[in-house]
Amino acid sequence: MGKTLFDKIWDKHVVEKIQDGPSVLYIDTHFIHEVTSPQAFKGIENRGVELFRPKQTIATADHNVPTLNQHLPIKDELSRMQVEQLINNCQKHGVELYGLGHPYQGIVHVIGPELGITQPGTTIVCGDSHTSTHGAFGAIAFGIGTSEVEMVFASQCVLQTKPKTMRININGELQKGVVSKDIILYIIAQISASGATGYFVEYAGTTIKALSMEARMTICNMSIEMGARGGMIAPDETTFNYIRGRAFAPKTAVWEEHKQAWKKLYSDADAKFDAEIHINAADIQPMITYGTNPGLGIAINGNIPVVENITDEGEQRNIEKALQYMGLKSGASLIGIPVQHVFIGSCTNSRIEDLREVAALVKGKKKHDQIKVMIVPGSQQVAKQVHAEGLDRIFAEAGFQIRQAGCSACLGMNEDKIPAGEYCISTSNRNFEGRQGAGARTLLASPLTAAAAAITGVVTDVREMM
Amino acid sequence: MKALQKIQSRFVPMPMENIDTDQIIPARFLKATTRDGFGKNLFRDWRYENNDETKPKADFPLNQSQYSGEILVAGKNFGCGSSREHAAWSLLDYGFNAVVSSFFADIFKNNALNNGVLPVTVSDAFLQKIFEQGNDATISIDIAAQTITIDATGNQESFELNPYKKTCLLNGYDDIDFLLSKRDTIAQFEMNLK
Ligand code: SF4
Repeated sequence: MGKTLFDKIWDKHVVEKIQDGPSVLYIDTHFIHEVTSPQAFKGIENRGVELFRPKQTIATADHNVPTLNQHLPIKDELSRMQVEQLINNCQKHGVELYGLGHPYQGIVHVIGPELGITQPGTTIVCGDSHTSTHGAFGAIAFGIGTSEVEMVFASQCVLQTKPKTMRININGELQKGVVSKDIILYIIAQISASGATGYFVEYAGTTIKALSMEARMTICNMSIEMGARGGMIAPDETTFNYIRGRAFAPKTAVWEEHKQAWKKLYSDADAKFDAEIHINAADIQPMITYGTNPGLGIAINGNIPVVENITDEGEQRNIEKALQYMGLKSGASLIGIPVQHVFIGSCTNSRIEDLREVAALVKGKKKHDQIKVMIVPGSQQVAKQVHAEGLDRIFAEAGFQIRQAGCSACLGMNEDKIPAGEYCISTSNRNFEGRQGAGARTLLASPLTAAAAAITGVVTDVREMM
Repeated sequence: MKALQKIQSRFVPMPMENIDTDQIIPARFLKATTRDGFGKNLFRDWRYENNDETKPKADFPLNQSQYSGEILVAGKNFGCGSSREHAAWSLLDYGFNAVVSSFFADIFKNNALNNGVLPVTVSDAFLQKIFEQGNDATISIDIAAQTITIDATGNQESFELNPYKKTCLLNGYDDIDFLLSKRDTIAQFEMNLK
């Protein structure tokens, strides 16, 4: 029987399988950031051992950094100490750090791919659940906890139980105004926030094949929001063209050799998946969430479910509670609801293509008076590109604020927060209670839908502006 | 990690589903660089009015004196969301040694096990039974036997536990010591991987 893409990479990286237990899985690339690494460094020091393969760990500061005045010392003392500790730890243990002020600094899941560190056929982990992003390159990439960060420090391995595999096939052409963020929000709304728990997902089909690398990353990024361990896409010419020439991509002399090996990374025609789902791209509309988990999403022109019609009692309670938090009504449409904030950023949608899409839509227009718009590029390199392409002028004319690279209002760890009770259309990946600040109300959507609301001041079907 | 063999305790019920790690420990408390002291911020925004420690929300189970114990019982899909191990540290630091639910998110489950907090997956019906018990009902969890029992009624279910993880829990063994002992094998493996 043939093998899945996942199996091909997994099997190659198993050092050994513990009897009746997990496998010792070898990790090629380990990303770390300031929030989930300090306790792991401390753990290793307490054991009195050195990092086993420090050159295979790459660090950046992203979660807890300010996105204004990054050249000044960080004001918040705890944040500053955490970032300083990362600097010290990296120096002490010989780990490469792209910290504040470095031209490569940025959100860990944006910089890995843009530097060409993320490569097909590899295993990649990071103490961050959205590590699934890197799967877009045909890698096994998943988030780990701090104890596991310590495992990688100690041995370049983690103990993992092999997950089940699921393939999600998406075929056909997307409607106008529908982008990759809508695809993944649609899938999660279909199968729920726990629908893929225990699985590693492969996305396949003609719709996926036609997407750019950045669009593919947006999809793999949110795999975790349906509970999946990770998501992946078989590499193809789009992948190879994206990687070629990047700072850490294989050099010209060995490029062909790598490419030939990568070309073998696909699920065999007779490979069996534990679950398989089929989706017709034409069914997908621009999406928006109304609740407090990413599975509570609807087509922008649809209605919030009528609570009384939900048969599952637990689900009914959930949605009731979510609507209460969100200040929204059962059965209502979201179109026309006033929004106070637009956040365009995060490891889901802060890459140059996202910002180009936004710029193309808002060019020559002005934001609505009542709305604050924050654009947070995913990395210093994206910010530089925004400038080089003159997108910053379009944003400035529209009245959008451009900030510096970091996670920012995606998780509200730094001062970029949404005030209690106010609505924010956000291009990030989580709408949990308080995620963007205590009491903040998050509506997840694509960069296009977010940009449309920035102009009109209310939830808008972007297709009416195209 | 300390060894964990049996837990017999009262429980704190939280029947909500999809309790995510941002609720267990909000991001703004992740600035610490040690593993201690997270318990006081466990469920912070559900626990206090306007983030004010002097104003506990009366209807939140952790603030209700009729509930106590080492066991948290929660609705399905507990621990979804971020990979922050701080969620497991917060539960442990607060005093929970086990969480019972009908469904756990993957990363949380691993993190909990790696810190000696036992995730016990039970059927929906069994979970319902627990929620129906009175305030002073106790639950017994036997790790060696892999059983969970409602003491008053004698209702019992067995739960799954990876045999490797079970050995670790029962003896307080640590994955990292195990992996450190494998360094030579791993170095050998690297030679063949290239
Ligand atoms: S942008 Fe948001 S989701 Fe992505 S790594 Fe940062 S905090 Fe996590």
